Amino acid sequence: MAEVEAPKLPSGVRKKLMFVNRKAPHGTIYALEALEVVLISAAFEQEVCLAFLDDGVFQLVKGQNTQAIGTKNFAPTYRALGDYEITRLYVERESLAERGLATADLMPIVHEDPDDADEEKPSIQVVGRAEMATLMAEQDVLLSF
Amino acid sequence: MTAYVINGSSFEHDEEGYLKNLADWNKDLAEIIAKDEKIDLTAEHWEVVNFLREYYDEYQVAPAIRVLVKAMKKAFGAEKGDQKYLYQLFPYGPAKQACKIAGLPKPTGCV
Repeated sequence: MAEVEAPKLPSGVRKKLMFVNRKAPHGTIYALEALEVVLISAAFEQEVCLAFLDDGVFQLVKGQNTQAIGTKNFAPTYRALGDYEITRLYVERESLAERGLATADLMPIVHEDPDDADEEKPSIQVVGRAEMATLMAEQDVLLSF
Repeated sequence: MTAYVINGSSFEHDEEGYLKNLADWNKDLAEIIAKDEKIDLTAEHWEVVNFLREYYDEYQVAPAIRVLVKAMKKAFGAEKGDQKYLYQLFPYGPAKQACKIAGLPKPTGCV
């Protein structure tokens, strides 16, 4: 029952994993499930990043409040991702624009950069559709939610 | 047993002893849960328990052990932000046991 060291893949294999979030946060379980899997995956010491596109961009909108629908507001948990060494959250620019959103509508999410005296750096990177396609092509595994 | 009982009031928990309703938690309840875990709560234990509650309040997630160690280190220094130190206080897994006493859910990804 005791906690153990993070399991390691044979010969320290590190894969590039991208979790692709395409759905609005609170109407379905997809966003919360994705977030939980992301937190678990962090224990396996892989190269994890997240992508937000289509309605998935709503997951990062600031000022979410779920009180009226009686579900857990898990939005603050995205701000803990830096503690889990998940430092890259790619948001598709076109998806934001199509929904009348701008970068300023998103939560500030930061991580400490160990290569730069633990300076806080923004984790959200807004990228164009073409660049998102390139990022996806670079991954070993894409997990879509 | 599926509930902790204090002065006739009962507070539901799951099969592993984690409180079902976060809002039920109070210090008396923490003492009862700790007793079940065979832990006498000292000031050092409370420091971790309170720290976990603050972390949860801020991020809505019970941190994994690795994350707890790092966050404790930042808040209290290297001596307390240390896996061994935390295991001395909570021998059956600091994140798991301390979270239970703090009334939080089991840390995500904890088996």
